[in-house]
Amino acid sequence: MSDQPVGSGVPARGVPAIRIPTPTASPNGSRNTKARYPAKYSALSLFTHGLRGRDWPRMWRRHELRPSYDVVIVGAGVHGLATAYYLASNWGITNVAVLDKGYVGGGGSGRNTAIVRANYLTPEGVRFYDRSVKLYENLAADLNFNVMYSQRGHLTLAHNDSSLRTMRWRAEVNKLEGVDTEVIGPDAIKELVPYMDTSDETRYPILGALYHPPGGIIRHDAVNWGYARGADIRGVHIHQETEVTGIDVEAGRVTGVQTTRGRIAAPIVVNCTAGWATLISDMVGVKMPIITHPLQAAVTEPVKVFLNAVVVSGTLHVYVSQTDRGELVFGASTDPYASYSTRGSLEFTEELAGHILELMPSISKMRVLRQWAGLCDITPDFSPIMGITPVEGFLADVGWGTYGFKAGPVSGEAMAELIATGRTPEIIASFDLARFAEGRLVGEKGAAAVGH
Amino acid sequence: MIQVSCPWCGPRNSSEFRYVGESKGRPDPNAATPEEWRRYLYVKSNPADWATETWYHRAGCRRFFAVERHTVSNEIRETRRPAAQLRLEGGAP
Repeated sequence: MSDQPVGSGVPARGVPAIRIPTPTASPNGSRNTKARYPAKYSALSLFTHGLRGRDWPRMWRRHELRPSYDVVIVGAGVHGLATAYYLASNWGITNVAVLDKGYVGGGGSGRNTAIVRANYLTPEGVRFYDRSVKLYENLAADLNFNVMYSQRGHLTLAHNDSSLRTMRWRAEVNKLEGVDTEVIGPDAIKELVPYMDTSDETRYPILGALYHPPGGIIRHDAVNWGYARGADIRGVHIHQETEVTGIDVEAGRVTGVQTTRGRIAAPIVVNCTAGWATLISDMVGVKMPIITHPLQAAVTEPVKVFLNAVVVSGTLHVYVSQTDRGELVFGASTDPYASYSTRGSLEFTEELAGHILELMPSISKMRVLRQWAGLCDITPDFSPIMGITPVEGFLADVGWGTYGFKAGPVSGEAMAELIATGRTPEIIASFDLARFAEGRLVGEKGAAAVGH
Repeated sequence: MIQVSCPWCGPRNSSEFRYVGESKGRPDPNAATPEEWRRYLYVKSNPADWATETWYHRAGCRRFFAVERHTVSNEIRETRRPAAQLRLEGGAP
Protein backbone atom coordinates (compact mmCIF):
# COMPACT_ATOMS: atom_id res chain seq x y z
CA MET A 1 0.00 0.00 0.00
CA SER A 2 3.00 2.28 0.15
CA ASP A 3 2.51 3.25 -3.48
CA GLN A 4 -0.96 4.62 -2.73
CA PRO A 5 -1.30 7.88 -4.61
CA VAL A 6 -2.09 10.77 -2.35
CA GLY A 7 -3.96 13.68 -3.84
CA SER A 8 -1.99 13.00 -6.96
CA GLY A 9 -4.86 12.78 -9.37
CA VAL A 10 -4.47 9.02 -9.82
CA PRO A 11 -7.30 6.92 -8.39
CA ALA A 12 -6.33 4.79 -5.39
CA ARG A 13 -6.42 1.05 -5.98
CA GLY A 14 -8.56 0.41 -2.92
CA VAL A 15 -11.71 2.17 -4.10
CA PRO A 16 -13.83 0.82 -6.97
CA ALA A 17 -15.18 3.57 -9.20
CA ILE A 18 -18.86 4.34 -8.87
CA ARG A 19 -21.01 6.37 -11.18
CA ILE A 20 -21.62 9.90 -9.96
CA PRO A 21 -25.01 11.12 -11.18
CA THR A 22 -24.96 14.16 -13.43
CA PRO A 23 -26.24 17.36 -11.82
CA THR A 24 -29.44 17.19 -13.86
CA ALA A 25 -30.56 14.08 -11.97
CA SER A 26 -32.71 14.97 -9.02
CA PRO A 27 -30.66 14.10 -5.95
CA ASN A 28 -33.57 13.90 -3.52
CA GLY A 29 -36.16 11.21 -3.88
CA SER A 30 -38.93 13.76 -4.13
CA ARG A 31 -41.38 11.27 -5.62
CA ASN A 32 -41.86 9.47 -2.32
CA THR A 33 -42.15 12.53 -0.13
CA LYS A 34 -45.47 13.64 1.20
CA ALA A 35 -46.41 17.27 0.88
CA ARG A 36 -45.36 18.04 4.40
CA TYR A 37 -42.01 16.25 4.24
CA PRO A 38 -39.40 17.50 4.86
CA ALA A 39 -40.23 20.24 7.29
CA LYS A 40 -38.27 23.45 6.94
CA TYR A 41 -37.34 24.76 10.36
CA SER A 42 -37.62 28.52 10.85
CA ALA A 43 -39.22 30.99 13.21
CA LEU A 44 -42.06 31.40 10.71
CA SER A 45 -42.68 27.66 10.38
CA LEU A 46 -42.64 27.31 14.16
CA PHE A 47 -45.26 30.08 14.38
CA THR A 48 -47.53 28.69 11.66
CA HIS A 49 -47.16 25.15 13.00
CA GLY A 50 -48.15 26.43 16.41
CA LEU A 51 -51.29 27.99 14.95
CA ARG A 52 -52.31 24.82 13.06
CA GLY A 53 -51.42 22.46 15.89
CA ARG A 54 -50.18 19.77 13.51
CA ASP A 55 -47.49 17.24 14.35
CA TRP A 56 -44.07 17.80 12.84
CA PRO A 57 -43.10 15.16 10.27
CA ARG A 58 -40.49 12.60 11.33
CA MET A 59 -36.92 13.78 10.74
CA TRP A 60 -35.97 10.64 8.83
CA ARG A 61 -37.99 7.81 7.37
CA ARG A 62 -38.03 4.06 7.69
CA HIS A 63 -37.26 2.12 4.51
CA GLU A 64 -37.26 -1.44 3.27
CA LEU A 65 -33.78 -2.82 2.68
CA ARG A 66 -32.84 -2.59 -0.99
CA PRO A 67 -31.03 -5.64 -2.40
CA SER A 68 -28.09 -3.47 -3.38
CA TYR A 69 -26.60 -0.06 -2.70
CA ASP A 70 -23.64 1.83 -4.20
CA VAL A 71 -22.22 2.46 -0.75
CA VAL A 72 -22.97 0.77 2.57
CA ILE A 73 -21.85 2.64 5.69
CA VAL A 74 -21.63 0.64 8.92
CA GLY A 75 -22.45 2.76 11.95
CA ALA A 76 -25.07 5.51 12.19
CA GLY A 77 -23.05 7.83 14.37
CA VAL A 78 -21.77 11.25 13.44
CA HIS A 79 -19.04 9.81 11.17
CA GLY A 80 -21.33 7.49 9.23
CA LEU A 81 -24.14 10.01 8.92
CA ALA A 82 -21.80 12.84 7.95
CA THR A 83 -20.20 10.64 5.29
CA ALA A 84 -23.65 9.82 3.90
CA TYR A 85 -24.72 13.46 4.06
CA TYR A 86 -21.65 14.77 2.19
CA LEU A 87 -21.85 11.93 -0.35
CA ALA A 88 -25.37 13.10 -1.15
CA SER A 89 -24.92 16.86 -0.84
CA ASN A 90 -21.41 17.33 -2.28
CA TRP A 91 -21.33 14.53 -4.84
CA GLY A 92 -24.95 13.60 -5.58
CA ILE A 93 -24.38 9.96 -4.60
CA THR A 94 -27.63 8.98 -2.92
CA ASN A 95 -27.92 5.21 -3.37
CA VAL A 96 -26.37 4.87 0.07
CA ALA A 97 -27.37 2.88 3.15
CA VAL A 98 -26.30 3.66 6.70
CA LEU A 99 -26.67 0.58 8.93
CA ASP A 100 -26.64 0.52 12.71
CA LYS A 101 -27.22 -2.33 15.10
CA GLY A 102 -28.79 0.12 17.54
CA TYR A 103 -30.20 3.57 16.90
CA VAL A 104 -28.91 6.82 15.39
CA GLY A 105 -26.25 8.36 17.62
CA GLY A 106 -26.48 5.62 20.26
CA GLY A 107 -22.75 4.96 20.51
CA GLY A 108 -19.88 7.34 21.03
CA SER A 109 -21.69 10.10 19.12
CA GLY A 110 -24.29 10.35 21.86
CA ARG A 111 -22.01 9.57 24.79
CA ASN A 112 -19.17 12.09 24.39
CA THR A 113 -18.87 15.33 26.33
CA ALA A 114 -19.64 17.41 23.21
CA ILE A 115 -16.43 19.44 23.21
CA VAL A 116 -15.22 20.84 19.87
CA ARG A 117 -11.69 22.26 19.47
CA ALA A 118 -8.74 22.43 17.08
CA ASN A 119 -5.80 23.10 19.45
CA TYR A 120 -3.87 19.95 18.55
CA LEU A 121 -0.15 19.23 18.59
CA THR A 122 0.85 17.98 15.13
CA PRO A 123 0.40 20.19 12.04
CA GLU A 124 -1.61 17.35 10.42
CA GLY A 125 -3.92 17.20 13.42
CA VAL A 126 -4.36 20.97 13.69
CA ARG A 127 -5.26 21.37 10.00
CA PHE A 128 -7.69 18.47 10.17
CA TYR A 129 -9.56 19.51 13.33
CA ASP A 130 -9.57 23.18 12.28
CA ARG A 131 -11.49 22.21 9.14
CA SER A 132 -13.94 20.41 11.44
CA VAL A 133 -14.40 23.53 13.59
CA LYS A 134 -15.05 25.55 10.41
CA LEU A 135 -17.69 23.04 9.28
CA TYR A 136 -19.27 23.04 12.74
CA GLU A 137 -19.47 26.85 12.65
CA ASN A 138 -21.75 26.73 9.59
CA LEU A 139 -23.47 23.44 10.36
CA ALA A 140 -26.72 24.85 11.73
CA ALA A 141 -27.26 26.83 8.52
CA ASP A 142 -26.11 23.98 6.24
CA LEU A 143 -28.41 21.44 7.86
CA ASN A 144 -31.31 23.81 8.70
CA PHE A 145 -31.05 22.35 12.20
CA ASN A 146 -30.07 24.11 15.40
CA VAL A 147 -26.96 22.31 16.65
CA MET A 148 -26.42 24.85 19.46
CA TYR A 149 -22.71 25.36 18.83
CA SER A 150 -21.40 27.68 21.51
CA GLN A 151 -17.81 28.87 20.94
CA ARG A 152 -17.24 29.85 24.53
CA GLY A 153 -13.49 29.25 24.68
CA HIS A 154 -11.45 26.25 25.77
CA LEU A 155 -8.84 26.31 28.55
CA THR A 156 -6.27 23.56 29.06
CA LEU A 157 -4.60 24.12 32.42
CA ALA A 158 -0.90 23.61 33.11
CA HIS A 159 0.12 22.65 36.64
CA ASN A 160 3.80 22.03 36.01
CA ASP A 161 6.66 23.23 33.83
CA SER A 162 6.57 20.35 31.38
CA SER A 163 2.89 20.77 30.56
CA LEU A 164 3.43 24.53 30.18
CA ARG A 165 6.17 23.69 27.68
CA THR A 166 3.80 21.45 25.71
CA MET A 167 1.16 24.22 25.79
CA ARG A 168 3.69 26.67 24.35
CA TRP A 169 4.56 24.13 21.65
CA ARG A 170 0.89 23.59 20.80
CA ALA A 171 0.24 27.36 20.73
CA GLU A 172 3.10 27.90 18.25
CA VAL A 173 2.00 25.04 15.97
CA ASN A 174 -1.57 26.37 16.12
CA LYS A 175 -0.52 29.93 15.23
CA LEU A 176 1.50 28.64 12.31
CA GLU A 177 -1.62 26.89 11.02
CA GLY A 178 -3.74 30.00 11.59
CA VAL A 179 -5.62 28.64 14.60
CA ASP A 180 -6.36 31.08 17.42
CA THR A 181 -4.56 29.63 20.48
CA GLU A 182 -2.34 31.29 23.07
CA VAL A 183 -0.80 30.65 26.48
CA ILE A 184 -2.25 32.80 29.27
CA GLY A 185 -1.35 33.25 32.94
CA PRO A 186 -3.33 32.68 36.16
CA ASP A 187 -4.72 36.24 36.29
CA ALA A 188 -6.23 35.95 32.83
CA ILE A 189 -7.62 32.52 33.75
CA LYS A 190 -9.26 33.98 36.85
CA GLU A 191 -10.92 36.62 34.68
CA LEU A 192 -12.35 33.97 32.36
CA VAL A 193 -13.39 31.54 35.10
CA PRO A 194 -13.86 33.45 38.39
CA TYR A 195 -14.84 30.33 40.32
CA MET A 196 -11.52 28.61 39.71
CA ASP A 197 -9.00 28.41 42.52
CA THR A 198 -5.95 30.00 40.85
CA SER A 199 -4.09 30.65 44.11
CA ASP A 200 -0.76 28.98 44.85
CA GLU A 201 -2.18 27.41 48.03
CA THR A 202 -3.41 24.31 46.22
CA ARG A 203 -1.84 20.91 45.79
CA TYR A 204 -1.28 21.52 42.09
CA PRO A 205 -1.12 25.32 41.60
CA ILE A 206 -2.19 26.53 38.15
CA LEU A 207 0.80 27.99 36.30
CA GLY A 208 -0.96 28.90 33.09
CA ALA A 209 -3.32 27.66 30.44
CA LEU A 210 -3.61 27.09 26.72
CA TYR A 211 -6.51 29.34 25.74
CA HIS A 212 -8.34 28.43 22.56
CA PRO A 213 -11.23 30.90 21.95
CA PRO A 214 -12.86 29.02 18.99
CA GLY A 215 -13.29 25.89 21.12
CA GLY A 216 -16.58 25.21 22.79
CA ILE A 217 -19.48 22.83 23.18
CA ILE A 218 -22.28 21.71 20.91
CA ARG A 219 -25.43 19.63 21.26
CA HIS A 220 -24.19 16.25 20.05
CA ASP A 221 -27.65 14.69 19.56
CA ALA A 222 -28.65 17.61 17.35
CA VAL A 223 -25.56 17.06 15.19
CA ASN A 224 -26.44 13.38 14.73
CA TRP A 225 -30.11 14.11 14.03
CA GLY A 226 -29.29 17.01 11.74
CA TYR A 227 -26.97 14.89 9.60
CA ALA A 228 -29.47 12.00 9.59
CA ARG A 229 -32.26 14.33 8.48
CA GLY A 230 -30.07 16.01 5.87
CA ALA A 231 -29.02 12.65 4.43
CA ASP A 232 -32.57 11.29 4.49
CA ILE A 233 -33.97 14.33 2.67
CA ARG A 234 -31.43 13.70 -0.10
CA GLY A 235 -32.45 10.05 -0.49
CA VAL A 236 -30.02 8.15 1.74
CA HIS A 237 -31.53 5.15 3.55
CA ILE A 238 -30.89 5.00 7.29
CA HIS A 239 -31.50 1.50 8.66
CA GLN A 240 -31.56 1.33 12.43
CA GLU A 241 -31.63 -1.99 14.31
CA THR A 242 -29.86 -3.62 11.36
CA GLU A 243 -26.77 -5.38 12.57
CA VAL A 244 -23.97 -6.36 10.20
CA THR A 245 -23.15 -10.01 10.82
CA GLY A 246 -20.63 -10.54 8.03
CA ILE A 247 -18.99 -8.91 5.04
CA ASP A 248 -18.64 -10.80 1.76
CA VAL A 249 -15.24 -10.65 0.09
CA GLU A 250 -14.45 -12.29 -3.24
CA ALA A 251 -10.92 -12.24 -4.65
CA GLY A 252 -9.82 -9.47 -2.31
CA ARG A 253 -12.78 -7.28 -3.15
CA VAL A 254 -15.91 -6.44 -1.16
CA THR A 255 -19.17 -7.64 -2.72
CA GLY A 256 -21.72 -7.03 0.02
CA VAL A 257 -22.73 -7.30 3.65
CA GLN A 258 -24.80 -9.81 5.60
CA THR A 259 -27.20 -8.24 8.05
CA THR A 260 -29.85 -9.41 10.48
CA ARG A 261 -32.42 -8.23 7.89
CA GLY A 262 -30.83 -9.93 4.89
CA ARG A 263 -27.98 -9.56 2.45
CA ILE A 264 -27.08 -6.31 0.68
CA ALA A 265 -24.83 -6.23 -2.37
CA ALA A 266 -22.42 -3.29 -2.39
CA PRO A 267 -19.04 -2.58 -3.98
CA ILE A 268 -18.02 -0.18 -1.19
CA VAL A 269 -18.39 -0.76 2.55
CA VAL A 270 -17.24 1.92 4.98
CA ASN A 271 -16.45 1.00 8.58
CA CYS A 272 -17.58 4.02 10.61
CA THR A 273 -17.95 2.23 13.92
CA ALA A 274 -16.38 3.14 17.23
CA GLY A 275 -15.92 0.45 19.84
CA TRP A 276 -16.65 -2.30 17.31
CA ALA A 277 -14.11 -1.17 14.70
CA THR A 278 -11.87 -4.21 15.18
CA LEU A 279 -14.82 -6.63 15.13
CA ILE A 280 -16.13 -5.23 11.81
CA SER A 281 -12.61 -5.13 10.32
CA ASP A 282 -12.02 -8.73 11.45
CA MET A 283 -14.96 -9.73 9.20
CA VAL A 284 -12.82 -8.96 6.14
CA GLY A 285 -9.57 -10.06 7.76
CA VAL A 286 -8.07 -6.58 8.14
CA LYS A 287 -6.27 -6.32 11.48
CA MET A 288 -6.56 -2.92 13.11
CA PRO A 289 -3.97 -1.65 15.62
CA ILE A 290 -6.70 -0.72 18.08
CA ILE A 291 -7.43 -1.35 21.74
CA THR A 292 -10.94 -0.57 22.99
CA HIS A 293 -11.19 1.23 26.32
CA PRO A 294 -14.34 2.56 28.01
CA LEU A 295 -14.43 6.27 28.78
CA GLN A 296 -16.78 7.45 31.49
CA ALA A 297 -18.57 10.75 31.91
CA ALA A 298 -21.00 12.24 34.42
CA VAL A 299 -23.45 15.11 34.70
CA THR A 300 -24.67 17.10 37.71
CA GLU A 301 -28.01 18.66 38.54
CA PRO A 302 -28.60 21.98 36.72
CA VAL A 303 -27.62 25.25 38.37
CA LYS A 304 -27.50 28.87 37.23
CA VAL A 305 -24.85 29.43 34.56
CA PHE A 306 -21.51 30.32 36.15
CA LEU A 307 -18.94 28.55 33.96
CA ASN A 308 -18.42 30.24 30.61
CA ALA A 309 -15.55 28.19 29.26
CA VAL A 310 -14.55 24.57 28.80
CA VAL A 311 -11.93 23.76 31.44
CA VAL A 312 -9.50 20.87 31.06
CA SER A 313 -6.77 19.71 33.41
CA GLY A 314 -4.47 16.93 32.29
CA THR A 315 -2.70 16.74 35.64
CA LEU A 316 -5.99 16.34 37.50
CA HIS A 317 -7.46 14.08 34.78
CA VAL A 318 -10.70 16.00 34.43
CA TYR A 319 -12.58 18.21 32.00
CA VAL A 320 -15.73 20.16 32.68
CA SER A 321 -18.19 22.40 30.87
CA GLN A 322 -21.65 23.75 31.65
CA THR A 323 -24.50 23.05 29.26
CA ASP A 324 -27.10 25.62 28.28
CA ARG A 325 -29.43 23.78 30.68
CA GLY A 326 -27.01 24.50 33.52
CA GLU A 327 -25.73 20.98 34.14
CA LEU A 328 -22.01 20.47 34.61
CA VAL A 329 -20.70 17.78 32.26
CA PHE A 330 -17.55 16.00 33.41
CA GLY A 331 -15.19 13.62 31.70
CA ALA A 332 -11.97 11.98 32.79
CA SER A 333 -9.39 9.51 31.55
CA THR A 334 -10.32 6.23 29.92
CA ASP A 335 -10.74 3.19 32.16
CA PRO A 336 -7.35 1.66 32.95
CA TYR A 337 -8.00 -1.67 31.19
CA ALA A 338 -9.31 -2.65 27.77
CA SER A 339 -13.01 -3.56 27.80
CA TYR A 340 -16.24 -3.48 25.79
CA SER A 341 -18.26 -2.90 28.96
CA THR A 342 -20.21 0.36 29.29
CA ARG A 343 -20.83 0.06 33.02
CA GLY A 344 -19.94 2.97 35.25
CA SER A 345 -17.81 2.65 38.36
CA LEU A 346 -17.90 4.35 41.74
CA GLU A 347 -14.14 4.71 41.56
CA PHE A 348 -14.54 7.02 38.58
CA THR A 349 -17.04 9.32 40.33
CA GLU A 350 -14.94 9.47 43.50
CA GLU A 351 -11.77 10.42 41.66
CA LEU A 352 -13.61 12.89 39.47
CA ALA A 353 -15.24 14.64 42.42
CA GLY A 354 -11.92 14.86 44.28
CA HIS A 355 -10.19 16.40 41.31
CA ILE A 356 -12.86 18.86 40.28
CA LEU A 357 -13.07 20.19 43.85
CA GLU A 358 -9.38 20.99 43.73
CA LEU A 359 -10.17 23.28 40.79
CA MET A 360 -13.51 24.69 41.99
CA PRO A 361 -14.01 24.13 45.72
CA SER A 362 -17.27 26.12 45.71
CA ILE A 363 -19.25 23.42 43.88
CA SER A 364 -18.83 20.85 46.66
CA LYS A 365 -22.58 20.73 47.38
CA MET A 366 -23.59 19.90 43.80
CA ARG A 367 -24.96 16.42 43.20
CA VAL A 368 -24.14 14.08 40.35
CA LEU A 369 -27.31 13.07 38.49
CA ARG A 370 -26.02 10.26 36.33
CA GLN A 371 -22.92 8.74 34.79
CA TRP A 372 -22.36 6.65 31.69
CA ALA A 373 -19.60 5.20 29.54
CA GLY A 374 -18.78 5.02 25.86
CA LEU A 375 -16.21 2.98 23.97
CA CYS A 376 -13.01 4.52 22.62
CA ASP A 377 -10.86 2.77 20.02
CA ILE A 378 -7.34 3.79 21.00
CA THR A 379 -4.61 3.62 18.36
CA PRO A 380 -0.88 3.50 19.19
CA ASP A 381 -0.35 7.15 18.15
CA PHE A 382 -3.74 8.60 19.15
CA SER A 383 -4.45 9.54 15.53
CA PRO A 384 -7.30 7.96 13.54
CA ILE A 385 -7.14 5.32 10.81
CA MET A 386 -8.80 6.63 7.64
CA GLY A 387 -8.91 5.60 4.02
CA ILE A 388 -8.27 2.47 2.01
CA THR A 389 -7.38 -0.96 3.39
CA PRO A 390 -5.80 -4.03 1.76
CA VAL A 391 -9.32 -5.25 0.85
CA GLU A 392 -10.60 -3.36 -2.18
CA GLY A 393 -13.82 -1.49 -1.44
CA PHE A 394 -13.47 -1.80 2.34
CA LEU A 395 -12.76 1.67 3.71
CA ALA A 396 -11.95 2.62 7.27
CA ASP A 397 -12.89 5.66 9.33
CA VAL A 398 -12.00 4.28 12.74
CA GLY A 399 -9.59 4.47 15.66
CA TRP A 400 -10.84 7.81 16.92
CA GLY A 401 -9.94 7.25 20.53
CA THR A 402 -11.28 10.23 22.44
CA TYR A 403 -11.29 12.66 19.47
CA GLY A 404 -14.09 11.20 17.34
CA PHE A 405 -16.97 13.56 17.84
CA LYS A 406 -14.89 16.70 17.17
CA ALA A 407 -13.83 15.24 13.85
CA GLY A 408 -17.27 14.17 12.60
CA PRO A 409 -17.87 16.79 9.89
CA VAL A 410 -14.37 16.83 8.39
CA SER A 411 -14.20 13.03 8.39
CA GLY A 412 -17.53 12.79 6.61
CA GLU A 413 -16.43 15.36 4.05
CA ALA A 414 -13.08 13.63 3.42
CA MET A 415 -14.48 10.09 3.30
CA ALA A 416 -17.19 11.24 0.87
CA GLU A 417 -14.51 12.74 -1.37
CA LEU A 418 -12.46 9.52 -1.20
CA ILE A 419 -15.49 7.43 -2.17
CA ALA A 420 -16.64 9.74 -4.96
CA THR A 421 -13.26 10.44 -6.57
CA GLY A 422 -11.31 7.32 -5.61
CA ARG A 423 -8.48 9.58 -4.43
CA THR A 424 -7.32 10.02 -0.85
CA PRO A 425 -7.77 13.71 0.07
CA GLU A 426 -4.61 15.43 1.26
CA ILE A 427 -6.17 16.31 4.62
CA ILE A 428 -6.41 12.62 5.68
CA ALA A 429 -3.41 11.28 3.77
CA SER A 430 -1.21 10.90 6.84
CA PHE A 431 -3.88 8.91 8.74
CA ASP A 432 -3.68 5.80 6.52
CA LEU A 433 -3.57 2.28 7.91
CA ALA A 434 -0.23 1.55 6.23
CA ARG A 435 1.59 4.02 8.49
CA PHE A 436 1.84 1.47 11.30
CA ALA A 437 3.68 -1.11 9.21
CA GLU A 438 5.85 1.59 7.68
CA GLY A 439 6.63 3.39 10.94
CA ARG A 440 5.13 6.80 10.04
CA LEU A 441 3.19 7.44 13.23
CA VAL A 442 1.43 10.79 13.78
CA GLY A 443 1.91 11.22 17.52
CA GLU A 444 -1.08 13.12 18.88
CA LYS A 445 -1.10 11.99 22.50
CA GLY A 446 0.34 15.35 23.58
CA ALA A 447 -2.98 16.97 22.63
CA ALA A 448 -5.10 14.53 24.63
CA ALA A 449 -7.31 16.42 27.04
CA VAL A 450 -6.24 14.23 29.94
CA GLY A 451 -3.83 11.37 30.43
CA HIS A 452 -5.04 8.04 29.06
CA MET B 1 -14.40 -1.47 39.62
CA ILE B 2 -13.50 -5.12 39.39
CA GLN B 3 -11.72 -7.45 41.73
CA VAL B 4 -8.55 -9.16 40.58
CA SER B 5 -7.14 -12.16 42.39
CA CYS B 6 -3.36 -11.92 42.53
CA PRO B 7 -1.80 -15.42 42.53
CA TRP B 8 0.42 -14.34 45.43
CA CYS B 9 -1.69 -11.83 47.40
CA GLY B 10 -5.28 -12.97 46.82
CA PRO B 11 -8.29 -10.87 45.75
CA ARG B 12 -7.68 -7.12 45.60
CA ASN B 13 -9.35 -4.08 43.99
CA SER B 14 -8.35 -3.61 40.36
CA SER B 15 -7.03 -0.13 41.19
CA GLU B 16 -4.03 -1.83 42.85
CA PHE B 17 -3.01 -3.29 39.50
CA ARG B 18 -1.73 -2.08 36.19
CA TYR B 19 -3.22 -3.63 33.08
CA VAL B 20 -0.25 -4.45 30.88
CA GLY B 21 -2.11 -5.83 27.87
CA GLU B 22 -2.91 -8.91 25.85
CA SER B 23 -0.43 -11.73 26.22
CA LYS B 24 1.21 -12.44 22.91
CA GLY B 25 4.38 -14.09 21.69
CA ARG B 26 7.33 -11.81 21.05
CA PRO B 27 9.23 -12.36 17.81
CA ASP B 28 12.98 -12.82 18.00
CA PRO B 29 14.36 -9.24 18.02
CA ASN B 30 17.43 -10.32 16.07
CA ALA B 31 15.49 -12.07 13.31
CA ALA B 32 12.32 -9.96 13.02
CA THR B 33 11.95 -7.47 10.17
CA PRO B 34 10.89 -3.92 11.12
CA GLU B 35 7.38 -4.72 9.79
CA GLU B 36 7.11 -7.84 11.97
CA TRP B 37 8.35 -5.92 14.98
CA ARG B 38 5.83 -3.11 14.40
CA ARG B 39 3.06 -5.65 14.01
CA TYR B 40 4.11 -7.12 17.36
CA LEU B 41 4.11 -3.65 18.94
CA TYR B 42 0.90 -2.23 17.48
CA VAL B 43 -1.54 -4.89 16.32
CA LYS B 44 -3.65 -6.51 19.04
CA SER B 45 -6.52 -8.94 18.62
CA ASN B 46 -8.78 -6.76 20.83
CA PRO B 47 -11.46 -9.47 21.19
CA ALA B 48 -14.96 -9.00 22.56
CA ASP B 49 -14.56 -12.37 24.23
CA TRP B 50 -12.29 -14.21 26.66
CA ALA B 51 -8.79 -12.79 26.54
CA THR B 52 -5.51 -13.83 28.12
CA GLU B 53 -3.77 -10.80 29.54
CA THR B 54 -0.82 -9.74 31.63
CA TRP B 55 -1.46 -7.69 34.76
CA TYR B 56 1.04 -6.20 37.22
CA HIS B 57 0.41 -5.88 40.96
CA ARG B 58 1.63 -2.30 41.17
CA ALA B 59 0.53 -1.50 44.74
CA GLY B 60 1.22 -4.96 46.12
CA CYS B 61 3.77 -7.66 45.46
CA ARG B 62 4.91 -5.91 42.24
CA ARG B 63 4.83 -9.10 40.24
CA PHE B 64 3.45 -9.87 36.80
CA PHE B 65 0.85 -12.59 36.26
CA ALA B 66 -1.60 -13.95 33.69
CA VAL B 67 -5.35 -13.17 33.78
CA GLU B 68 -8.19 -14.71 31.78
CA ARG B 69 -10.88 -12.05 31.56
CA HIS B 70 -14.01 -11.63 29.46
CA THR B 71 -13.75 -8.18 27.89
CA VAL B 72 -17.53 -7.64 27.65
CA SER B 73 -18.59 -8.64 31.18
CA ASN B 74 -15.18 -8.09 32.85
CA GLU B 75 -15.62 -11.49 34.52
CA ILE B 76 -12.27 -13.09 35.48
CA ARG B 77 -12.27 -16.89 35.32
CA GLU B 78 -8.65 -17.54 36.12
CA THR B 79 -5.48 -15.85 37.33
CA ARG B 80 -2.21 -17.72 37.34
CA ARG B 81 1.47 -17.17 37.71
CA PRO B 82 3.14 -16.34 34.42
CA ALA B 83 4.55 -19.08 32.23
CA ALA B 84 8.13 -17.91 32.90
CA GLN B 85 7.59 -18.30 36.66
CA LEU B 86 6.12 -21.78 36.24
CA ARG B 87 9.13 -22.74 34.10
CA LEU B 88 11.46 -21.55 36.87
CA GLU B 89 9.59 -23.70 39.37
CA GLY B 90 9.73 -26.66 37.01
CA GLY B 91 5.95 -27.05 37.04
CA ALA B 92 5.20 -26.46 33.37
CA PRO B 93 6.98 -26.60 30.03
